[in-house]
Amino acid sequence: MLQPLDTITSKLLYAKWWKYLAIILLIYTIIAGFLVPVPRLHILNETIRNLYFHVTMWFGMLLTLLLSLIYSIIYLRTNNLKYDIIAEEAVKIAAFFGILGLITGMIWAQYTWGYWWNNDPRQTSAAVAVLIYFAYLILKNSMIDPEKSAKIGAVYNIFAFFAFLSLLYIVPRIADSLHPGSGGNSALGEFDLDSRMRMVFYPAILGWTFLGLWMASIRIRMRFIEEYLRFSENN
Amino acid sequence: MILKETLALLQKELQLEWRQKYALNGLLLYIGSTVFVVYLAFLQIKPTTWVTLLWIILLFTAVNAVAKSFLQERAERQLFYYTLASPQAIILSKMIYNILLLLLIAVLGISIYSLVLGNPVQNYSLFALTVFLGSTGFSLSFTLIAAITAKASNNATLMTVLSFPVIIPLLIMLIRLSKVAVLGVEDLNLNNYLITIIAINVMAFVLSLLLFPYLWRD
Repeated sequence: MLQPLDTITSKLLYAKWWKYLAIILLIYTIIAGFLVPVPRLHILNETIRNLYFHVTMWFGMLLTLLLSLIYSIIYLRTNNLKYDIIAEEAVKIAAFFGILGLITGMIWAQYTWGYWWNNDPRQTSAAVAVLIYFAYLILKNSMIDPEKSAKIGAVYNIFAFFAFLSLLYIVPRIADSLHPGSGGNSALGEFDLDSRMRMVFYPAILGWTFLGLWMASIRIRMRFIEEYLRFSENN
Repeated sequence: MILKETLALLQKELQLEWRQKYALNGLLLYIGSTVFVVYLAFLQIKPTTWVTLLWIILLFTAVNAVAKSFLQERAERQLFYYTLASPQAIILSKMIYNILLLLLIAVLGISIYSLVLGNPVQNYSLFALTVFLGSTGFSLSFTLIAAITAKASNNATLMTVLSFPVIIPLLIMLIRLSKVAVLGVEDLNLNNYLITIIAINVMAFVLSLLLFPYLWRD
């Protein structure tokens, strides 16, 4: 029997305002991303526009995974299966965004470094990070009993998140690589980012995050309906 | 209280192991065969290859070692322990047992490895420290993953699938640190590597201790 969600989550899940906002932000990102003039950096030239898509998708994935972590923790505390459903769907969307991030990264690499795959530590560790979450999905699917699947999945999700963080942030910092932000390259980080680019960058992050969460929320609502139907069939 | 339970459980594990030496012999055979296959494939290798192959061998052995420690206990006995000891004591005793087992296997394995493929290590103390930290790290991370696998489906494949992506950051750091030890070069990032490895170990330890009670309640 599925218990109800808390009010904040259920309000957010069914609300519309942030979904409209996602559309507006992404339209703005695409238009401004291609029309607003960008600073010219050596080698990067106009491809720096990919920043709005590649980096922002990764940040969106990170935020989605953070949400998934929070809901896994809430599930372990409350034992309400609905929270685990939210966590699982968030991971699925995050894995999808991770693949998109890798693809946009590869396209960018092809035009700036010359190769699709460069054996670059950040690229490789990003791919492994996505593998971690694929393993989570495999784990979840390997069990039939929903409560067992939820509990074990939640435990692995929490463990995997910290492994994911260490992979994504610690390893590239120490390695030398061509990727901006590690080794000797200038990071396109907070202090270096041109303020014109920031105007598109932050809204883009929000836009992708909200789009991802919107996709997740539709899947979550479908799962809730399925569970409800399954429960009422058996009773 | 937890410490007493941990020591008692640890003593039980060590005694059981010492009577039959089932896991120890199995792992020794495993690492011996792997080293021999590597030797026959390569015959002579450069120091950097030596290091990388060693860590790959230790990694696979560690996955097998820790998987065995969880997957070979029957469900009825697990229920028995559940009623007696606290979950923190159980996982703590398993982690310490795995650390000791892995350290022993690593020492013996590296001896065989050096025997057939040479020993290009320049900085012995740093190398010993790396192997110690590595065995500890493997044990701490894999114990929780093995517990998850045991609860999920008792499947060895699942254990491999879950553990490999998770252990890669630690593995990269270990290989880098041992390259410094083997080649004897001065590396500015040395302290960074050590701190990162220790941080990953501590993180795995704390997470396992916090998360295992949720797994155990079944």
